[in-house]
Amino acid sequence: METMLDFLQTNWQELIFKAWEHLYISMIAVFLGIIVAVPLGIMLTRMKRSASIIIGIANIMQTLPSLAVLAFFIPFLGVGKTPAIIALFFYSVLPILRNTYTGIKGVNENLLESGRGIGMSSWERIRLVEFPLALSVIMAGIRTASVYLIGWATLASFIGGGGLGDYIFIGLNLYQTEYIIAGAVPVIIMAILVDYVFSIIERKVVPKGLKGMKEVA
Amino acid sequence: MLKIENVSKTYKGGKKAVKNISLDIKKGEFICFIGPSGCGKTTTMKMINRLIEPSEGKILINGENIMDKDPVELRRQIGYVIQQIGLFPHMTILENITLVPKLLKWNEQKKKERALELLQLVDMGPEYLERYPYELSGGQQQRIGVLRALASNPPLILMDEPFGALDPITRDALQEEFKNLQRTLDKTIVFVTHDMDEAIKLADRIVILKAGEIVQVGTPDEILRNPANEFVEEFIGKDRLLQTRPNVELVEQIMSRNPISITEEKSLTDAITIMREKRVDSLLVVDEQNVLKGFVDVETISEYRKKAKFISEVINTEVYSVKQDTLIRDSVQKILKRGFKYVPVVDQNNHLVGIVTRATLVDIVYDSIWGEEENQVAEVVEMF
Ligand SMILES: Nc1ncnc2c1ncn2[C@@H]1O[C@H](COP(=O)(O)OP(=O)(O)OP(=O)(O)O)[C@@H](O)[C@H]1O
Ligand SMILES: [Mg+2]
Repeated sequence: METMLDFLQTNWQELIFKAWEHLYISMIAVFLGIIVAVPLGIMLTRMKRSASIIIGIANIMQTLPSLAVLAFFIPFLGVGKTPAIIALFFYSVLPILRNTYTGIKGVNENLLESGRGIGMSSWERIRLVEFPLALSVIMAGIRTASVYLIGWATLASFIGGGGLGDYIFIGLNLYQTEYIIAGAVPVIIMAILVDYVFSIIERKVVPKGLKGMKEVA
Repeated sequence: MLKIENVSKTYKGGKKAVKNISLDIKKGEFICFIGPSGCGKTTTMKMINRLIEPSEGKILINGENIMDKDPVELRRQIGYVIQQIGLFPHMTILENITLVPKLLKWNEQKKKERALELLQLVDMGPEYLERYPYELSGGQQQRIGVLRALASNPPLILMDEPFGALDPITRDALQEEFKNLQRTLDKTIVFVTHDMDEAIKLADRIVILKAGEIVQVGTPDEILRNPANEFVEEFIGKDRLLQTRPNVELVEQIMSRNPISITEEKSLTDAITIMREKRVDSLLVVDEQNVLKGFVDVETISEYRKKAKFISEVINTEVYSVKQDTLIRDSVQKILKRGFKYVPVVDQNNHLVGIVTRATLVDIVYDSIWGEEENQVAEVVEMF
C-alpha cells in the first residue's frame, strides 16, 4: 500500500497523461468507427445479398486476436499511435455496423411505405424516418464499441501507442505490482465511466414520442 | 382527371395481380374499389402513385402520363393514407400533419397555420399539436392520418382501407365525418375497402374487382339494382338486396291484402273449418270493427277443443304487428331475426289491413335479383 502511495506521489502527472492518452486513442478509434460503420450499415440495408457477406467478414475480423491484428499493422504502418488507432478502429466497426444494420432494418415496414407514399426521397426517408427511429439501437452499438476499445487500448502500448497499457506491461515485465495496479484500475474506472456517460447519451437521443410509447407499453 | 387505360400488373414470379383494367375517374368523384382479399385492390391503387409500376397500360392524371413525372414529385401531389395509419411515432402531431409541406419547404408559420386549420376540420383543438401519436386514440390517430394526406391540399387522395382497423362505432363516425369533408373540399378520392356497407355509404361509384379484373362499375344504387352477375350478388349479400329494393319502401307496398282472419265470437269449429279451407295453421283474430286482437293457432285449438267453445276463450293476445307505413328495411330485420312466420300489418288505429309472410320476403329477393316479372310474382303470392 505504501509503495502504491509512493508511486502515485512521484508519477501522478504521468499517470494522468497516460490516462488521457488512453482515452484519446480509444475515442478517436470509436469516432472513426462511427464515421465508417454508420453510413456503411445504412448502405447495407439497401443491398440484399452483399449485406450478409459484409457482416460476415466483419464478424470474422472481430474474432481475430487483438494482438495479432496489432502486430499485423507493424510492417505497414510502423509503430506508434497511428497504427494503434487504426487497429482499434477495426474493432469498433463491427458492433456499430451490426447495430446500425439491425436498427435500420427494424424500422416498421408500414412507416417506410407511408414515407414513400407521401413523397419522401430515399435520402429523406433515411434522415427523417429510419435514422431517428434506429438511433437508440445505433447508440447502443457505439456504447459497446467504446467499452471494448477502452479495454483493448491497453494492448496499444505493445506497438508503441502509449496509454495505460504502458504501466501494465512494465509491471508485468518487472514484476512490479504497483505498476500493474496503476494501469489496470484506471482502465476499469474509465470503462465504467464511459459506459455510464454513453448510457445517458443513449437515453437522451431516443425520440420523445418513442419514450412515451415504451412507458405506456 | 384520372384515367386508367388497359393497365395490367404482373409481379415477378408471374403472378398476374391486375388484368387489363380501364377506368375513367372524374374530378371530385369518390371511387371505392371493393373485392375479396387478393383481388388486386391495393396493387391497382399503388400503381396510381407509382409505389408499384404497371407492367402494361397507362395511367394519366389530367392528361399527363404519370410515368413521365418524377415519382417523388408525383407522390407529393397525391394524398396517401394507409390502413395501418402510418403516423411517425417520433414526430409530434404537428410534425406528422405537416410532413408533406415540410418536404415542399413551406415555412414554419405557414405549416403551423395549416395544421391548426386542418385540426379544426375534425374538431380537434390546438392542444394536440405538440402531442405524440401514442397519446391519441385509434380514431384520433386515423383522423390525423387523413389530415396528413390533406395537408398540401392535393386534388387526388388515395386511401387503402383507412378505417379497417377501427371499432365499428368509431369507424361509423369517421366515415360520416370524412364523407362530409370530401363533399366540402371537393377532392377526388380513390378508396379501397372490403366492407360493402362502407362502399355504399361513401362511394359515388363502386368498382367491384375479382381476381384482378373489373366485374362491375356503377353507383351504389345501380349495383344494388342490377348486380352484373352472381359474384356481385353474393358480394353484396342477399340481405342488402332485400333491404334496398328500389321503389318499394313501405310495408303496405309488399303486404298481402287479404289476411285470413276470424272474429272473436266465432266458435272453434268455425276456426278449424277456415283453417282447412285456406290451408293455414294460424288465424288472426279481429273484433267487429276489424281491430286486431290476437291470434289462434292449430295447437291451441286442438288442446282446448273439449273445454272451450269460442275463439275469445283461447285467443293469444300477444301478437306482434307492424304499421303499414313502416319501412320494409326495418320490419324485415325484425321478422327475420325473431323468426316469425308472418307478421300482421295494421293501420294507425290498429285495424288489420294485411299480412307479410316469409314467402312475401322471398318474393322480394327473387324480384330484386331477376327483375320485376310481375305475373310470376303474382303467381307466387297466390301459392302461399
Ligand atoms: N410484391 C408482390 N409480389 C408478388 N405477388 C404479389 C405482391 N404483392 C401482391 N401480390 C399478389 O397480388 C395479388 C393482389 O394483391 P393485392 O395486395 O393488390 O390484393 P388486395 O386486393 O389489396 O387484397 P387485400 O384485401 O387482402 O388487401 C395477390 O394475389 C397477392 O398475393
Ligand atoms: Mg390490400
